[in-house]
Amino acid sequence: MGICELSLREMGSAVARRKVSPAELVEAHLSRIRVCDPTLRAYVTVNEAECERLARDRGRQSGGPPGVAAPLNCIPIAVKDNICTKGLRTTCGSRILRNYVPPYDATAVSRLRDRGCLLIGKTNLDEFGMGSSTENSFFGPTRNPWDLERVPGGSSGGSAAAVAAGMAAAALGTDTGGSVRQPAALCGLVGYKPTYGVVSRRGLVAFASSLDQIGVIARTVEDTAAVLEAVSGWDAWDSTSARRGQVRARQTGEVGKSGVLRVGVPWGFFSEGLDPDVSDVTRAVVSKLEKERWAFEEIDLPHAEYSIAAYYLVADAEASSNLARYDGVRYGEREGGTDDLWEMYVRTRTAGLGTEVKRRVMLGTYALSAGYYEAYYLRAQKARTLIKRDYEEVLRRVDLVLMPTSPTAAFRLGEKLHDPLAMYLSDVFTVGVNLAGLPAVSLPSGYSRSGLPIGLQLIGRAFEDQTLLEAARLFEQVVALEARTPAGLKGLLESGRGGA
Amino acid sequence: MSVTRSDVEHAARLCRLEFSPDELETLRGELGRILEYVEKLRELDVTEVEPTLYGLAGSTPLREDVPGEDTLAREDALAGAPDEENGHFKVPGVL
Amino acid sequence: MKGFESVIGLEIHAQLLTRSKLFCGCGTGFGAEPNTQVCPVCLGLPGALPVLNRRAVELAVLVGEALHAHTNTSSVFARKNYFYPDLPKNYQISQFDRPLCSGGHLYVSDGGKRRRVRVTRVHLEEDAGKSVHLDDAGGRRTLVDFNRCGVPLIEIVTEPELRSPSEAHALLKALKQILEYTGASSGNMEEGGLRCDVNVSLRRVGERALGSKTEIKNLNSFRNVERALEYEIERQAGLLAGGTAVLNETLMWDAGRDRAVSMRSKEEAHDYRYFPEPDLLRLELKGDWIDDVKSRLPELPEARESRFVESLGLPPYDAAVLCGRRALADYFEEVARLTGEPKSASNWIMTEVLRTAKEGATDEFPVTAANLADLLTLVRSGRISGKMAKDVFARMAGTGETADDAVSRMGLRQVTDVREMRTIVDAVLSENPKSVADYARGKKKLFGFLMGRIMEKTAGQASPTLAESVLRERLEGVREGDANT
Repeated sequence: MGICELSLREMGSAVARRKVSPAELVEAHLSRIRVCDPTLRAYVTVNEAECERLARDRGRQSGGPPGVAAPLNCIPIAVKDNICTKGLRTTCGSRILRNYVPPYDATAVSRLRDRGCLLIGKTNLDEFGMGSSTENSFFGPTRNPWDLERVPGGSSGGSAAAVAAGMAAAALGTDTGGSVRQPAALCGLVGYKPTYGVVSRRGLVAFASSLDQIGVIARTVEDTAAVLEAVSGWDAWDSTSARRGQVRARQTGEVGKSGVLRVGVPWGFFSEGLDPDVSDVTRAVVSKLEKERWAFEEIDLPHAEYSIAAYYLVADAEASSNLARYDGVRYGEREGGTDDLWEMYVRTRTAGLGTEVKRRVMLGTYALSAGYYEAYYLRAQKARTLIKRDYEEVLRRVDLVLMPTSPTAAFRLGEKLHDPLAMYLSDVFTVGVNLAGLPAVSLPSGYSRSGLPIGLQLIGRAFEDQTLLEAARLFEQVVALEARTPAGLKGLLESGRGGA
Repeated sequence: MSVTRSDVEHAARLCRLEFSPDELETLRGELGRILEYVEKLRELDVTEVEPTLYGLAGSTPLREDVPGEDTLAREDALAGAPDEENGHFKVPGVL
Repeated sequence: MKGFESVIGLEIHAQLLTRSKLFCGCGTGFGAEPNTQVCPVCLGLPGALPVLNRRAVELAVLVGEALHAHTNTSSVFARKNYFYPDLPKNYQISQFDRPLCSGGHLYVSDGGKRRRVRVTRVHLEEDAGKSVHLDDAGGRRTLVDFNRCGVPLIEIVTEPELRSPSEAHALLKALKQILEYTGASSGNMEEGGLRCDVNVSLRRVGERALGSKTEIKNLNSFRNVERALEYEIERQAGLLAGGTAVLNETLMWDAGRDRAVSMRSKEEAHDYRYFPEPDLLRLELKGDWIDDVKSRLPELPEARESRFVESLGLPPYDAAVLCGRRALADYFEEVARLTGEPKSASNWIMTEVLRTAKEGATDEFPVTAANLADLLTLVRSGRISGKMAKDVFARMAGTGETADDAVSRMGLRQVTDVREMRTIVDAVLSENPKSVADYARGKKKLFGFLMGRIMEKTAGQASPTLAESVLRERLEGVREGDANT
């Protein structure tokens, strides 16, 4: 194992103890990117020059910039390309923003910079976060390091692939309906979606404002907690940021110590038609945890079956409005050649937005248009209340809810691309959490028969992110999954003879 | 729930998108299938249910009325402009 | 028009006088270089989020309370979706079915009649940018400046119960007064601080149902509002008389050509797709917060006017003029307080001050209330005459000097010394022996002639009262004012 396979914690302490120089750490990652990324296409933009310069500067200072300490100092972190980075283009995977350079940093990004992190690059995604496979990108699809013919999941597929392939120590993703958890699951990583309001949305390019949340993809729960500690906490620039949103990385060790962890499993909701590999992994993990004083009980989420319908109406309604600003007037690509304003709008948007985005904008527009508002948007928001209530009631009796993150392991490129509804239905286990605003974490839990990673998610109570992280750490210890090198990555490294 | 061609055309006008006749037909089918699927929400009795409009409970925070430091220099404000004239953003004539 | 009555409703937008914009920290100054008061939020850049300005909420509530409306403890911001180049997000953050204030009224005086007009709602929203439409050698194009974009507006909607263009004008005037009194808005229509859209329909007298209405936009002066309504009422009456139905449509007022033009286009298909703004939570206001704002409500024009009449004894006309603007009323009250003479303060302001100050803009007027009060005191004490005071005032208005400085710079002083006056009077009498003799024979009218000679001799600086008493003393042998000798 090389530097690139170390956990963030290990990298941080290697830098702090001067076993590795910042420049070496950056170079190892950049060279891994040079070898693997032409195939994986995890990055839209690699921030090579800035990282090299910062690494050189940090190398000369003793112990990094003032107030900056391990574990994040000099750590190469990837940022999903729908999170604004000052002076570094932020495309959202869209043609319409392919040359857009924001004049400001997202709050989460500036907090990472303050901790000394190096922004190694901007990762590929489904355009504006709309998709579950990272195939809907103007920059082409990202491949799964575990199997190059398969998708990495989405929409934060670039972030997941980058971390899985050792091209970043950890990454920021965004999770509107599972977009952090599902790619983490499909790439064998930890994917954390915080309680809505824990991480500022300032600078996160909105898809669905009431559902979007920045999350973390990393190799271990400890790494996840370190990044989450840096980016969480109240932000005056986001009216939906919570006062009690600060998460601490330090474990109190309280969870599970004082007694049994009560975990609800909605078997009835997810069992039918579940992929046998996912089903096997779920059962195996449950029985392992039962031996460690985790008390499982079956729970019922009576409205969970409505979550896809409610989610797509709410998300697309908000998206139709959020994406109206891409009109070729102030920034972004304009499709010219006309002296008629209406024509300019229509040409710009028709050429600048991709098929899936247009489909959703159309659905959202329709759902909000005169005569349909109550039947679609409002009814969906009422269903959302029922879905949220289910979780709240269950979480009064149990500490956590456990269920699979995705109904299947990674699927093949192109497999669902032409059946939008089938693609939507693959989000069935993740969207409920966004509708309810709850924290959830997908954890590596096992492998399919063909060696693809499978993830299970734990869902916690609102604003009990700390507890959820601690439970996730226990889960990680108990499940003690054997580490494997992703097969696709192995092939790339062997043929490229590169990487560290 | 069947979606008519004119429904699709109306929505396209509202969001400033244009589709070829073939694309329009495909879209009509896709939207129809999705809307058919979401029809299942009609099974729910929501008469007494308040909608959840926000991701978070509580009142919107209030900012003090103090000019901030985030105002951009004009060249930065116009940096991404597809077309400009005299410090203004320029678009084809409205009137 | 015979047999029809007009039904008019107004939608008024007023810019609130905050230092920063409604949802971001950009400045709100008028007249800055284009696109220099913009930031990621008000330019609608990807990822930027709105945060509500506390002062804007306070001012909006203040206006709501001044209009006797109910402030809702929970209101909701909503997005109004439509494409326009001066609207960066292509939606406007406004309020829809849960406005900040609802219900209310104000009084409108028109043609001597005073009527209560109901206000439907008062809500907060953001202003759009400013477009300049050009068509010259550079082609047909629109240039957009976003400085104004995001400036806080309140929208005030009246019930459709105004009956005439002049009543609409009167309502605007009354509303402008209230906005100015609360300090919420400048109410300046020319600079765009106050804008008005009107809805108008006609119905047969005695009918209850409203006819189909038209909306007229782009009215940038009180005069235009009245004129556009007159025009539109005549147009609709013509249509109805000819048996043609009125179309429900939006018109733009073209002041240059004195007519309303239809705005019909593909965009006319209004479907704003309002939905709650997910980037701002509900605005929840506590009862005591609202009470606190309410307690800062100043005395409003109506109340002030009647106090000026009842307690200060001003004629109703004067009180109405003085209360027209808060600054003018404040100015008057200050002068009245300092001199203890409300009536003479009022007379001076109604004549000299208003003649010199443009539109009663006393806040920028060079004669301060304290200086005017000093001038009036000089007059009362007899140090200068009322006539002289007018010249002194003119000088003060030009130079900004105090009354004392102006008087001494003009070399003005009133002859108030009895001995000096006796010398002057004696000189005048000895120069006019015939008149003195005729007076003694009973031609009493010559008293005035001799007074005129005294004034002439002193170049108007003789105190008229003193001159009169000394003249009488010399002619009649009556001694007065011995105290001064």
